[in-house]
Amino acid sequence: MPLENNIKPQNGVTRYLKENMGTLIGLFAMCLVLSFTTNGVFYSQRNLINVLRQVSSNACLAFGMTFAIITGGIDLSVGSILALSGTLSAGLIVHSGFEPMQAVCIAIALGTLLGLFNGFVIAKTSIPPFIVTLAMMQIARGAAYIYSNGQPIRAMIPEYTVIGTGYLGPIPLPVVYMVVFLIICVLLLSKTRFGRHVYAVGGNDKAAIFSGVNVARTKMLVYTMSGFLAAFTGVVLCARMSSGQPTAGVGFEMDAIAATVLGGTSMSGGVGKIGSTMIGVLIIGVLNNGLNLLGLNSFWQQIAKGVVILLAVYVDMLKKRRK
Amino acid sequence: MANETLLQMKNIHKKFPGVYALRDVNFELKAGEVHALLGENGAGKSTLIKVLAGIYIPEEGEVIVKGNSHIMQNVADSQAHGISVIHQELCLVPYLSIAENIFLGRERNVMGFIKRDTEAAEARELLKGLGLDFDPNTLVGELSIAQQQMVEIAKALSVKADILVMDEPTASLTDKETEVLFDTIRRLKSQGIGIIYISHRMSELFEITDRVTIMRDGQYVGTVNTRETTRDQLIAMMVGRELTQLYFKDEVKPGEVVIEVKDLVNPPFVNGVSFAIRAGEIVGMSGLVGAGRSESAHCIFGLDKLQSGEIFIEGKPVKINSVREAMQNGIAMVPENRKEEGLVLINSVGYNLTLTVLHEIFRGHPLGNPRFEGEAISRYIKEFEIKTPTPDQLAENLSGGNQQKIVIAKWLATRPKLLILDEPTRGVDVGARAEIYGFMNELAKQGVAILMISSDLPEILNMSDRVLVMHEGKITANLSKNEMSQEVIMRYATGGGNINAA
Repeated sequence: MPLENNIKPQNGVTRYLKENMGTLIGLFAMCLVLSFTTNGVFYSQRNLINVLRQVSSNACLAFGMTFAIITGGIDLSVGSILALSGTLSAGLIVHSGFEPMQAVCIAIALGTLLGLFNGFVIAKTSIPPFIVTLAMMQIARGAAYIYSNGQPIRAMIPEYTVIGTGYLGPIPLPVVYMVVFLIICVLLLSKTRFGRHVYAVGGNDKAAIFSGVNVARTKMLVYTMSGFLAAFTGVVLCARMSSGQPTAGVGFEMDAIAATVLGGTSMSGGVGKIGSTMIGVLIIGVLNNGLNLLGLNSFWQQIAKGVVILLAVYVDMLKKRRK
Repeated sequence: MANETLLQMKNIHKKFPGVYALRDVNFELKAGEVHALLGENGAGKSTLIKVLAGIYIPEEGEVIVKGNSHIMQNVADSQAHGISVIHQELCLVPYLSIAENIFLGRERNVMGFIKRDTEAAEARELLKGLGLDFDPNTLVGELSIAQQQMVEIAKALSVKADILVMDEPTASLTDKETEVLFDTIRRLKSQGIGIIYISHRMSELFEITDRVTIMRDGQYVGTVNTRETTRDQLIAMMVGRELTQLYFKDEVKPGEVVIEVKDLVNPPFVNGVSFAIRAGEIVGMSGLVGAGRSESAHCIFGLDKLQSGEIFIEGKPVKINSVREAMQNGIAMVPENRKEEGLVLINSVGYNLTLTVLHEIFRGHPLGNPRFEGEAISRYIKEFEIKTPTPDQLAENLSGGNQQKIVIAKWLATRPKLLILDEPTRGVDVGARAEIYGFMNELAKQGVAILMISSDLPEILNMSDRVLVMHEGKITANLSKNEMSQEVIMRYATGGGNINAA
């Protein structure tokens, strides 16, 4: 079947390695350096699991962000939605006497609704996604402060905290969630009709409209998803800290954007992959962890992150130009 | 100085992945000469210009500018060698004045402070040299397209360019504006400036150029003196064969009425449109720009909401509020601008081909059916003779004709009863045009009703069974094969209503 071969020239793994060669080399180089400089501490099982747990929240936000950026938009509200849903989940249990499961579901539903609202406004008006989600970023953050009176809400309830602190075998639950969302998002974007539509909307929304793609619905779904992922992450984070923190997630949207861009997603839309974003997430995670192990303070970590982002995106552009 | 050679390009080769964009191309330009570059879309004209402008670096070949052999490395390098390109899309900042635009990036200044008066005076001088009397402080956004073009020329000359490239400069000009442009070109000629002129309009070439270099499929075909050639010779060199018959229309006996629309209204462009089309009929739709042709089609295709009016498909009244509903009613539309509305250029040929039939591909396979999809894609590529190295090639890398074939293929994949073609052959080379007419004949035989909107009168006259003429949102004539002629259509298109056509 020669024609079949034309359409799928390489299998998935080869293609993945090839497309992400640059970032993968960077990631492995960092791991290699850390294995020498930390006397093997980096490679201890405990530390590796630690890294994965640390990146899990950024990963979930970045998956949603990747969808938003591929449609040519952006979602700045994820950090704030995370905080609002987190505080709400704790508050509903502590102040309103809800069962933990009910509280969690309500909190996630609210974040999802806010995402839907973002999507609705973006799809039905011509207000740019940057502005719409910037507004939501302020609104959700403000709501989180009002709801909690600006104070953390302590919720030392085992049925609640287990959501963030539990384990499945040796693997922390947040890592399990991350892997599940990773698989779902990869399939959604690369295999489904919805995924095709996402690329069409970002690649050329006019052509998408002329081809009968429901552009408005696609955008709404994308921001709803992003809102859901942010809310879910918020609940997990607060459960882990056994307290609803209205200050949680400040600046998380920027880490999510950074991971997405590191993975090669184009800010102008139409191009990007979830699997590549995951590498971006890991690079940022390993960098933070490594600099921690080396005893550098967190201010230097920020500078390092900035430099890595610039370098990585520049290398990626060079690679594309050579094509 | 008239015969001094300004520019020689020798044996230029430029390769892109999988294709030779330029193969062994030669070009020469003398001082005071207007030298046309002629070729179909995809022949390599723009690639050659990009090599000259330093945007592409050729793999092989030599560029000699005023005696120095030098391959341009970037745009600034090219400008430093006196080469200036005026692109088809004008590159001016509308919110800046004429003078500010001319000196953009090279501001006349003292320690960073702009010398506005010096700039204005120099700009005035440049404009005067072109025979123009504009106030250099006018905002560019307030100028007409033709005037903006003059500003582009002034800007090009301000860098002391003596090699000027004009890419389709008359594409958006009226006849009168074109005359002004030609006067300017003659003035520049007399000053010893060499001009490379790209245009598809034959009559212009004979009016303004001294020599014509013809390209085809990335190769140099030949150079002729304009005075010693003919239109037919140029066309034959362009297409590589004598073009005997471009239009070919098979007679098909029309069947039942497929679509009937009554009093479609959607102001300001659609003000009461009624017509019917039968199976197997090709109905042309003619009219001037802004007459409401595309807008009427958009109403039928669910892109625009109707204020009032009725649509009947095979006799049954239907409501169409979205493209999806139009598709469910068996309507397909190949839009006017394939790059903006037809294709997702940054995605693959295969991706584009199945965009309209995703519901079929994913039916029963929520995670896709690569095998079924791959077979469908290969079938379309073969059936429509889409020239692409692989289905994974990005749509933007294909020629205009092949891109158009993708758009047509993706709509025929929906097996429509009514196919609306909006300017089906605009920007499409002659070979692909003939193929597209072939598809139309084939479809008509299969009983598809075709509505062909076109501004190309020969196309309308040769390919339609009937012609609807629109003027100001209304259909002003419904002409049968033996009633239609260029004059009659133009009369109805300009609102010259009920003077009897005979």
